[in-house]
Amino acid sequence: MIHAAEGGAEILFPIWQEILVGAIAFGLLCFVLMKFVFPMMEKTFEARVDAIEGGIERAERAQEEANQTLEEYRRKLATAQEEAAAIRDEARADAVAAKEEILVSAREEANRVIAAGHAQIEASRQQLVRELRSEVGNLAVDLAGKIIGQRLAGDADTTATVDQFLSQIADDTAETSGAR
Amino acid sequence: MTDSAIVLAEGDSHFPPGIHSFDFRDWFTGLSDTALAHMFTTITFAVWASVAILIVFFLWAYRKPQIVPSKKQWLAESAYGFIRNTVAIDQMGKKEGVKFAPYLATLFLFILIMNMWAIVPGVQVSPNSHIAFPAMLGVLSWIIYMAVGFKKHGFIGFLKMTCVPPGAPWFIYPLLIPIEFLQNIILRPVTLALRLFANMFAGHLILLVFILGGFEMLNSGNIFIQGLSVFSFGMGIAMTMFELIVILLQAYVFTLLTGMYIQGSLADEH
Repeated sequence: MIHAAEGGAEILFPIWQEILVGAIAFGLLCFVLMKFVFPMMEKTFEARVDAIEGGIERAERAQEEANQTLEEYRRKLATAQEEAAAIRDEARADAVAAKEEILVSAREEANRVIAAGHAQIEASRQQLVRELRSEVGNLAVDLAGKIIGQRLAGDADTTATVDQFLSQIADDTAETSGAR
Repeated sequence: MTDSAIVLAEGDSHFPPGIHSFDFRDWFTGLSDTALAHMFTTITFAVWASVAILIVFFLWAYRKPQIVPSKKQWLAESAYGFIRNTVAIDQMGKKEGVKFAPYLATLFLFILIMNMWAIVPGVQVSPNSHIAFPAMLGVLSWIIYMAVGFKKHGFIGFLKMTCVPPGAPWFIYPLLIPIEFLQNIILRPVTLALRLFANMFAGHLILLVFILGGFEMLNSGNIFIQGLSVFSFGMGIAMTMFELIVILLQAYVFTLLTGMYIQGSLADEH
């Protein structure tokens, strides 16, 4: 309309209404974007950087903590191992001592039992010998009496037998008592 | 492609396209003779739509920002982060860069979406092909880098820094100072605005040439020329792809240069 004139230079002259529209529209756009949008974006960028850097820092701290804990546990473990070894040694020493003691007392007991046994056996034997001796005497007397009574005028054989028997008993008795 | 031709035909444009192709009717014809003329056109609609798209998208995508971003949040952050990191922080360093990144990112997104209308089927004209919008943005960039310079170096200090190149022999100053003044203080916003405007203007014109040319050939009545119109439409599609590159590049260049000018104002004296 305005440009209807010939020549063409009019295209270089702005229409003031359009300048106004452009300025208002662009002003509105600037207001909204520069006030409500782009500052938020800067904040988000910052928050993002913070989040990343903070995350790294946190991770480092956690790592440090973990290392400390590990160290502590290692130390504790070493102490515990030492303690365990000490306890084991002690227990072993105790056990050895106890064993010795038990052995000693057992040996004493055994000796005592053996001694008592011996004494008893000896006593029994003495008694037995005494009884046997008297019994043998009786038996001998009986036997002798029987033999003598039946075949008093017997042959020389019988006499010899009796003699031998008697001397043997005497020998035996002497031998057994001598061994004691 | 055909959509555009319909819209363009509405502008009473016939082949060949010309500056009349950039006139858009007021939507409400009753306003044409009042001060509200040009306020409700396809062009201003595209401006408002651009702003609405950006505001809605960013407020929606950044409603509940998370440390670990969702897909839409990531997209919004990338759009901002791209300008923040490659333009603002790269040129001005972390501290100053973060301060100017919001404006530069807004500028980039605004130009980018405005430019995109150049290849949106049914509209296919960017508001930036009207000098009013690039000029407004160029002047804004100028105000910002001048203000930053005055604040940092003082009025005289900044003018001296900008207009008197160090190391030049004194007798050349009468020649050098006007040139530097013109270049750094007068022409910077002009070139900023003209570069963007001319690219978008030319882009629209090129699309019109091939698309309207195609229709013109179809209507010619000569079967041979009608057949050739296929190539014209093909070129129209190829140029649309090319236009996409121009759109991205011009938005980036405008932002990059604005960032560079601000950085120049912040720099220590040589």
